[in-house]
Amino acid sequence: MNCKRCGGNAVVEVRRHNAAFCKDCFPVVFRNQVRRAIDEYDMLTPSDRILVAVSGGKDSLALWDVLLEEGYRADGLYLGLGIGGYSDRSHERTMTFAADRGATLRTVDLAERYGFDIPLAGRKGARSSCAVCGLSKRYIFNKEAHDGGYDVVATGHNLDDEAATLLGNTLRWNVDYIARQSPVLPETTGFARKVKPLHRLSELETAAYAFLRGIDYVVEECPLVAGNTQLRYKEAMNAIEARSPGTKAQFFLGYLDRGMPIFRTAEERVTLVACGNCGEPTTATFCAFCRARAQVLGERLVPTPAPDSPREIARELADEVLPEELYGVPAEA
Amino acid sequence: MKVVLRNPDQELDVVGGRLVREVLADLAIDPDTVLVIRDGELITRHDRVDDTDALEVRPVISGGS
Repeated sequence: MNCKRCGGNAVVEVRRHNAAFCKDCFPVVFRNQVRRAIDEYDMLTPSDRILVAVSGGKDSLALWDVLLEEGYRADGLYLGLGIGGYSDRSHERTMTFAADRGATLRTVDLAERYGFDIPLAGRKGARSSCAVCGLSKRYIFNKEAHDGGYDVVATGHNLDDEAATLLGNTLRWNVDYIARQSPVLPETTGFARKVKPLHRLSELETAAYAFLRGIDYVVEECPLVAGNTQLRYKEAMNAIEARSPGTKAQFFLGYLDRGMPIFRTAEERVTLVACGNCGEPTTATFCAFCRARAQVLGERLVPTPAPDSPREIARELADEVLPEELYGVPAEA
Repeated sequence: MKVVLRNPDQELDVVGGRLVREVLADLAIDPDTVLVIRDGELITRHDRVDDTDALEVRPVISGGS
């Protein structure tokens, strides 16, 4: 196969575009797609301080690489989940990536800061380890962005992630979750802006980009993730995609173009209050993170008033209640 | 031909002298879900591989988000 741009030897095939690219042209095409996503949704400005949530995997490191290459002020945030050697190796990859590029990496260790890790949560909590992991990430990324004075949190969610999430929510007709599944969630009181600049690119493309850029990412899969619901949805989408290339993109990008405006009208407005334990915004007396943490540690939550917290008046939900049931656990009130 | 699969790691001996897509089909692997690496370079499903080649087949699907 020949490269669609230069006619050279192709090394990456993108079947949904009926195109292939050589090792020099593919990173250019990839970055063009990221720029298109950023521009289309006004995700970032040159002056923004960006906190990139990095796991050591292909997606987040590819995203950080593109943002740095594009000249954005992007720091990384690594969350230590305490998943044995897997977490150690993931952290090493993020540190090496940052050191090689002179970039700033912030690190939060879940056990050090909050007294539990993900394996413990899986054993002792009422939720699956994947559910607590996702919940912890959303809480801590938002809190670190706020505390560190960042304008925006960027995550490496790709087209496959988004299509699988949309499929899961559609199968259950979770209309509120569907309405909020956007590549950009604007800043609201208590919540940093959140953006997903890789949402137009497949997992194959992010992996190929990371490889061609020489990014030493963690290839191994999290040992706790086997059999999770998100993976099953991805397998289902891939089975359809194999026979009908482009279906995933039509499903998710078509939703953004034609479905989201309809679902947005049905979006439920919720009133947020300050969590009685930590002060972060929540729809309940205590936020989901504090409830999960207390459950794991066997603690009882006692409300403490936080009368002047600006987060008390948060009026719009971002993704604090993202679809936990995607991971097999019913959402809580 | 040596083929190294990842997650879990496994080394196989398979017949070369054919296209990557034919090798992957024998292994029941969807070409859109893996990178295929030969001598440190990516190759596509349309490339031909020989018995003397060594391939790494690296999955791209991850379960977390």
